[in-house]
Order: sequence, then structure tokens, then C-alpha cells
Amino acid sequence: MLDFVQQLVSGIALGCVYGLIALGFVLVYKATEVVNFAQGDLMMLGGFFAFTFIGMLGLNYWLGFAGAVICMAAFGMLAERVVVRPILGYPQFSIIMATIGLGYFLRSVVGMIWGTDDFKIETPFSDGVLRIGSLVLAYDKLSVIAATVILCALLYLFFNRTTLGTAMRASSENMLAAYYMGIPVKRVVSIVWAISAAVATAAGVLLAPITFIHSNVGLVLGLKAFPAAVLGGFGSIPGAVVGGVLIGVIESMAGFYLPQGWKDIAPYLVLLVVLLLKPEGLFGVHTRKKV
Amino acid sequence: MRFLFKTDYEDDIRLFPHSGYIVSYGVLLAFLLVAPFVLSSYLVSQLVFVCIYATVGVGLMILTGFTGQASLGHAAFLAIGAYTAGYLQQYNVPFPIYFLAGGLLTAVVGALVGFPALRLQGIYLVIATISFAFIVEEVLARWESVTHGNEGMRVKTLSLFGQAVPQNGPTFYFLCLGVLILVIVGTLNLLRSPTGRAFVAIRDSETAARSMGVNVSLYKVKSFAISAGITGLAGVLFAHKLSFISPEMFTLQLSIEFIIVILIGGTFSLHGAVLGAIFLVMIDPFLTYLKDDLPGIISGLAAMFGADSATAGKVNANVAAIASANGLKGAIYGVIIVLFVLFEPLGLYGRWLKIKLFFQLFPLYKRATFKRQKIYVKSERNR
Repeated sequence: MLDFVQQLVSGIALGCVYGLIALGFVLVYKATEVVNFAQGDLMMLGGFFAFTFIGMLGLNYWLGFAGAVICMAAFGMLAERVVVRPILGYPQFSIIMATIGLGYFLRSVVGMIWGTDDFKIETPFSDGVLRIGSLVLAYDKLSVIAATVILCALLYLFFNRTTLGTAMRASSENMLAAYYMGIPVKRVVSIVWAISAAVATAAGVLLAPITFIHSNVGLVLGLKAFPAAVLGGFGSIPGAVVGGVLIGVIESMAGFYLPQGWKDIAPYLVLLVVLLLKPEGLFGVHTRKKV
Repeated sequence: MRFLFKTDYEDDIRLFPHSGYIVSYGVLLAFLLVAPFVLSSYLVSQLVFVCIYATVGVGLMILTGFTGQASLGHAAFLAIGAYTAGYLQQYNVPFPIYFLAGGLLTAVVGALVGFPALRLQGIYLVIATISFAFIVEEVLARWESVTHGNEGMRVKTLSLFGQAVPQNGPTFYFLCLGVLILVIVGTLNLLRSPTGRAFVAIRDSETAARSMGVNVSLYKVKSFAISAGITGLAGVLFAHKLSFISPEMFTLQLSIEFIIVILIGGTFSLHGAVLGAIFLVMIDPFLTYLKDDLPGIISGLAAMFGADSATAGKVNANVAAIASANGLKGAIYGVIIVLFVLFEPLGLYGRWLKIKLFFQLFPLYKRATFKRQKIYVKSERNR
């Protein structure tokens, strides 16, 4: 039982990271129908920015965190402007390819600049543990869960209570109609990319104490975040987080209770089963076909 | 230019629309047949890889280019073909039999993947195929009694009718070329058949195809099976060419490379698969060439623009450092993909068509001839 709770908490913590990356996918997808295959790599780049600020320049953790988030928000806007905007409105396949190319590029460039070693970011809650009876919970895992909850709440408020959020929901419903109603769709899309890159950075920094960061971490985790986003139904924000947590828990449980090898494929098996039974995901909206 | 008057359907679906095609392809074939006796053995080996990649490209083109179903799992099909060959070879099964068995088994697996894929579209399909590829990779790593797990598997030299066919010799090259040509001709014929027409109808509009009486699910599964089968055939050759296979070789990276093949070649024509394969295989030697010569060229340019020898030397060293940096290849891949998607979405073959059309219509060429229509309303979710 104790093992079970232990695995559950670490599964949820890992799942929250997946959920945060998946949240980035979903934000971008909802606003522009673009599936950003480079989301994991944005996360990796954010982690490296934070590492540069905190580990190499010796800034305060929170200052470095904020700096990395701001830099990555700017980078997200840049990536949107250069890679995505010219092909908005073209078939999804081309956009998927463009973001795969972007991911390739980021991975290699990060490898060339920072090298291919593993890096670790010292966080204020790196070593502490919380003891409840004989249950031992590491602070860094709890911090991931807390940060995910806070970020989700902030995003929820942002989308439902602010004008900009409403504009984003409008342009995600129908870009052309939103444009005709006077919403600056291009700027909105830019901001969506900035937010999604910022969320990815938060995920990267939170993750750094758990799995370290290296140039390929984005690919590995990004590919785990895809099942999370799809499981939740691409385009649903709560779905992304729930999907992420589910994937994290499944992975953690499979790693503990099932023979070796199941850990890596269990999320994908579950995903295939869910897709078979409910192709639009758990929280997806089933839209009617227009002919 | 030549005007083609098509007076009936037979004219429209002819394999060679006019005699010019026969001449130009004949010349190309002659070149390819002489190639192993003229070119260096390294280049011939690269040509073998071109043939294998082009075969996979044709397979993927059927699925993605003609049926409109994206797949990022073709490395798994290649792996199944390769491992079938490796496994059957241990029991002294003759080449023609395990070659066909590899294709057939992969086609069956492809059909099995096609069934779940029926309900999925767009991004969901991409993720499902990626998941499938991961599962296959893991099974190959764990099923040690058959695949030898992560240690990998030796593949013996191919023997055809009692003759050994070493993977570096000209005979193996001819074999790969023959398979490629057969696959291309077969695919061209498939595309002329009702099945191929149905594929294209599904790509253009699933709803329209269904209302025309096309059995969409049947043809999607067929498309998956045929595409996977061709990839499996390529897998057998791939295993022989490398003479060693292990699960780490069939990763997502490889699937992405196959997509790059058809993307860079052009996703609407079989020419594209071949051009893309040439591009992808030749980029490696080209980069090595650049690595060796680029620093010299750039410092030479610097010297030409008046830099003294010390500066030129420094430039040389810097460029050499960048050129030999780890992972440069990945960065260049990334840039190439993005540039092609942004500026040449029709790929290399599309560029060739544009050039050809420009000269055919010379004073009247319109720049917007190949421009795609953008759709800004919510297309995918409501389609």
C-alpha cells in the first residue's frame, strides 16, 4: 500500500510535467490548429536557458526562472513569426513537418552550444522530503504538482476572465470570423505561442531536478506528452492535464508492477486502446461533419 | 513542347504518355545499368541506399501522397521486413521465398494497423502510428528468442540460386534497382486501376469518395497493407545491405527520414519519392565534402576580399570548428525541412514541373500557377 502511494505520487508528479507540455500543445492547437511537434524541444531549450541563468551565471533561482520564461516567451513569438505564420492555413501535414524541422534544429543547436552532457539545476527544494508517517515524499515532486495546479488556475482565469483570453477563444473558434470582428488574429496567435513556450519552460525548469536536462530530453518527453494530449482530447485544456497525469501514473505503475519493458510502451498501449474506443479522446468534443 | 491530345480514357492513363518518356527513361536506365562499372564502390553503395529509400518512399507515397493518410511509423514496417529476413535466413530458406514472406507479413501487419486507423484522422493518426512504431521497437528489443534483443542480429550474405551476392557487389545493386523498378511500375499500374483511383478520391475528399460509392474503410486498409508490404520488401534489402540489424536502428528518427524523403521529393508523384531518396542519401557525402573543403573555400574568399593570412587562418579554423561540430547534420536537416515546407511545398519534383511549365508557356507563365489556397476557418475539426 505504501509502495502504491509512493508510486502514485511520483507518477502524478511526472504526469504533471507531461501535462504541462501537453498544455502547450493544446494551447497552440486550440488557437491555430497547429500541432507543434517542437513543444518538447521548447521545453528543453527553456531548461537550458534556466540552467545558463542559474547554474552558470549564478542568479537567484526565482530570478533565473523568470528570466528563462521571458526569454522563451520571446523565442516562442520568434518561432511563430518565422516558421509558422507563413504556412498557417495550409494542410496540417506541412505544419507538422515544419515543427518537426524546428525541433531537429533546436536539438542540434543546443547540442552544439551546451554540449550533450546531462545538466542539473539546483533548486531551493532539491533535497528536502516531506514525511507523513512512513510515507516519504520528495519536495521537488510536490513542487511540480503544486506548480501545475497554480499554472492551470492562472490559465483558466486568463482564458475566462480577461479580454485577451476571450479574443483567443474567439480566434480558436473561427479565425476568419474573429478577424472580421476586429480581433488582431496575428498578434493573438503570437501571444499564444509565447504563452505555450512559457508554459513549456516552466515544465522544463520544474523537471530539471527529476530527470536532468540534456539535448534529447525534449524529444523523449515530448513524445510522452503527445499521448497525454491525445488521451485528453486534443484541444481540451483540462483534458491535457488529466491525460498527462494518467500517462504519468500508468507509466509509473507499469514500471513498478509489470516486467521490464512495459514501462515504456504501457502509455502507448493505453493510448491505442482509448483511440480505438473513443477516437476524439476522453474530453474531446465530437463535432459533426460538414459536407 | 508537345501537345498531347487525349481522346479517350485509355490515353489518359497510359504508362508512357509519349515516346519522349521512353527515350529519357531508357537513357536513365542505361546510365543506371552502367553505373556500378564506372562509379567508385562508395557511390555504388550510396546508390543502393537510394534504391532502398526510394522503395520505402514509394510505399509511403501510396499511403501519404495518394491516400492522404499520414504515417510516422514506417520504420516499424521496415524493421518487420528486415527481421523476417534475418529470422527465416537462419533456417536456410531461399531468398525469393523470405523476400516475399517479408513483404507479405509486413502487409498483414500493415492491414492490422490500418483497421484501428480507420477511425482516426490527422494528428490522431500520426500519434497512433508513432505509438505502433514504439511498440514494435520494444517488442523487437524484448522478444529475444527471435530477435536476439538489443544485441542485434547478424544477417548472412544473400545467396541467390546458390550464388553468393555480397552486399557491396554490382549484383546486389542490380537486385535493389530491379526491386525499385518493379515496385514503381507496379505502383503506376496500381494507380491506373480502380483501386488507385479510389485512393486518390479518398485523399481529395473522403466524403465525396464515400458518396461516389467508394468503400472508404476497405480502401484505407488496402492502402495501409500495400504501403507496408512495399516497405517490408525494402526492409529485407535493408537488412542485407547493413548485414546487421538491431532495434535501435528502427527509431522514430528513421520514420521521420522517410517522411523527409517524400516531403522533399514532392508528395504527389512517384518521381518525388526517387528524387527525395537521392537527396536524403546524398546529403551525407555532401556534408562530409563540405566539412573537408568549406573552411578552405571560405578562407580563400576572405583572402580574396583583402584579409591578411592570419585572419584567413583564423576564419579557416573557426569554420572548420563549426563544420565539424557534433550535430551539425541535425541542424541542417531541420533547416532544410523548414525551408522546403515554407518555400517549396511541392518539393523537388514540383520545382522541376514549374521550370518545365515556365519554358512551355514562356511569355505567358503566371507566377501563381502552383499557389495553394489557404484556409483560415476551422477546417480540420469540422471537416
